[in-house]
Amino acid sequence: MIDRLANLGATTLAAFERLGRASVFLLVVLASCTSLLRRPSLLVKQLYSVGVQTLIIVIVAGLFVGMVMALQSYYGLVDFGAEDSVGVMVVLSLLRELGPVVTALLFAGRAGSALTAEIGLMKATEQLSGMEMMAVNPMQRVMAPRFLAGVISMPLLATIFSAVGVLGAYLVAVQMLGLDYGPFWSQPQAKVDLYDDLYNGIIKSLVFGVVAAWIAVFEGYDCVPTSEGLGQATTRTVVYSSLAVLFLDFILTALMFSK
Amino acid sequence: MTSRKIEILVGLFVAGAIAAFFMLAMKVSNMSSYSGGESYSLTANFDNIGGLKVRSPVSAGGVTIGRVSDIQYNSETYEAVIRMDIDAQYNRFPVDTAASILTSGLLGEQYVGLEPGAEEDYLKDGDVIDLTQSALVLEQIIGQFLYSQGDKKE
Repeated sequence: MIDRLANLGATTLAAFERLGRASVFLLVVLASCTSLLRRPSLLVKQLYSVGVQTLIIVIVAGLFVGMVMALQSYYGLVDFGAEDSVGVMVVLSLLRELGPVVTALLFAGRAGSALTAEIGLMKATEQLSGMEMMAVNPMQRVMAPRFLAGVISMPLLATIFSAVGVLGAYLVAVQMLGLDYGPFWSQPQAKVDLYDDLYNGIIKSLVFGVVAAWIAVFEGYDCVPTSEGLGQATTRTVVYSSLAVLFLDFILTALMFSK
Repeated sequence: MTSRKIEILVGLFVAGAIAAFFMLAMKVSNMSSYSGGESYSLTANFDNIGGLKVRSPVSAGGVTIGRVSDIQYNSETYEAVIRMDIDAQYNRFPVDTAASILTSGLLGEQYVGLEPGAEEDYLKDGDVIDLTQSALVLEQIIGQFLYSQGDKKE
């Protein structure tokens, strides 16, 4: 009985310890980001591996999400003779929710796990301590460019996701289902607000980018440097990022769109 | 992969995202209706504005010519005071123009409709529209209907 209580206490304390370490880590990484002004090539390289390589999956997912949304909302709305609203419905869902959230989930799976594995392997093969031996700060050299690349890539990816999704919806609604071209574009133009919808969606994806990149880089930096620990850290990255994104999405939606 | 190639791909990625943003902004949001051009403001007092909101459209003859820019309540006259920004190219509304709050469709959103009068003088920036008609509140209409039904029976 006492053992169990002790265990519980130890687990709780360990959880808070990790949270504390993660917070300190975030501050250090943020402070190290300024050093990238002198070495922008490091950031560009990470933008490639974090952003550009995630682009394919984001485009394909966006296209199909938009197509399915158009099809599904058409079947729902046609009974009420409101099929002209397919455009505005798809656009609003994409800009406000699906664009940022689905992109963040894909980002956590595709880029976040890769970041954790890469940094974890650097730690396991003692490359990070090797850098310190050579007076190279791994925070500036390894963590900051990866973190910043994640933060920059997320809004860009989410914007592309939404745009491709709208195109997919257009293909299905106008080309396949034969809806009129006019209301598909004009209804969103009347109902979608540049600030309330488009900008808030981008702010959302920026927040998700910070959280997903933070979790991915921290899990890699903090992993147990064995093959097993590396695997667990990669899994944790995907699970924690996805949960954090879904939870934050609820809070942000409640804050932004509650009129 | 050479760093030049990487830089080109990253550049394409950023350019693609900016293009996507502009496509969303121009094609599916109301940015194109932010005229950004010249406008002048008119004020009107209503007893009841119903569900009118800031940025609701102002239209004349069904054409959107401006937007509601401000809604306030005057606690001395007990009236709602709304300010509208009208596109400067529509500057020939007579001073006896009437403003009413209408609903688009049966359950649609509310907007301000302007009905031009016949005077020779035109409304200028900052003028007040005197002829106003409040929004129809569904509960009041139903209430009046029920009372009128009750009166008939007696």
